[in-house]
Amino acid sequence: MASTIRVRATSSGEVTEVQALIQHPMDSGFVKDAKGDLIPPHFIQQLTFEHAGKAVFVADWGTAVSKDPYVKFSFKGGNKGDDLKISWIDNKGESDTTTAKIQ
Amino acid sequence: MFNIEDGFATTRRRILKGAVTAALVGLGHLSWRIAPALAAAGDKYPEEAFKAKGDADAIKALYGKTAEPSDKVNLDAPEIAENGAVVPISVSTTLADVTSISLLVSENPNALAASYRIPAGTMPSVANRLKMAKTSNVIAIVEAGGKLFSATKEVKVTVGGCGG
Repeated sequence: MASTIRVRATSSGEVTEVQALIQHPMDSGFVKDAKGDLIPPHFIQQLTFEHAGKAVFVADWGTAVSKDPYVKFSFKGGNKGDDLKISWIDNKGESDTTTAKIQ
Repeated sequence: MFNIEDGFATTRRRILKGAVTAALVGLGHLSWRIAPALAAAGDKYPEEAFKAKGDADAIKALYGKTAEPSDKVNLDAPEIAENGAVVPISVSTTLADVTSISLLVSENPNALAASYRIPAGTMPSVANRLKMAKTSNVIAIVEAGGKLFSATKEVKVTVGGCGG
C-alpha cells in the first residue's frame, strides 16, 4: 500500500525545511453522515519527525486539525541525503511510518 | 609532630573526598529519578487538554499555568476564512528557548487544536491547517524559558468546518 505520508525535506546547508502532507480523514466526531448518524472520531493524535535518532519535531493533534493534514517546520542541521523518519498514530491505534531523504 | 599533622590532613582529605562522593552519588540518584518522569511527561499525548472545552481550561490542562500576551509571538491567520474546514494558520516567534507552540480555537467544541513540541535546534515556527466551527478567536501559545506567551486573532468564518 502506498504510504499515507508525503514529505518534502530540503536542506539549505544550515537549516532543513520540512513540509508534510498526510492522508487521513481527521473525523472530529461532531459531524453527521447522510443518515444523520454521528461519524465517530478518527484522527491522528501524534506525529513525530526523527533525524539521526533524535526527535526534531513532535505534533500532538486534536480533532480540529483539517482533513489530510499539512504541517511545515524547520530544524538546524540535516544534510542532503540524510534520512528523516516520519511516523503517526491515531486514536484507533492505526499508524504509518515512512523514511524520506533530505534533498 | 609531622606524622600527627600528616595523619590529620589525610583523614580530613578522606572525609572531604567521602562527602564529595556522597554528594555526587546523591545527585546521580536524583537526576536518574527525575529524568524518566520528565521523558514520560514529554512523550505522552495530552488527552485531558484536548478534551477540555474552553481555551482557558485547555491551556491550564496542558501547561498548568496562564499565558501573558506578547508582541513577540507572531500569529498569521486570515481575517476571513471562506471555508472553516481548512484555515491556514502559522505561528513564529523571536523569543528564545522555545520548547512548545500550541494553537487554540476558542469557539470550537474542544478549544485545543494542536500542540507542537520544539526540541533544541528546531526553529520556533510552525504552519498548519485547522478546522473552525464558526467565527472565533485563534490563540497561539508559545512556551519559552518555562513561561507562556500568547497572541490572539479573530478569524471570521463564512462556512463552518464542523459539518453544521
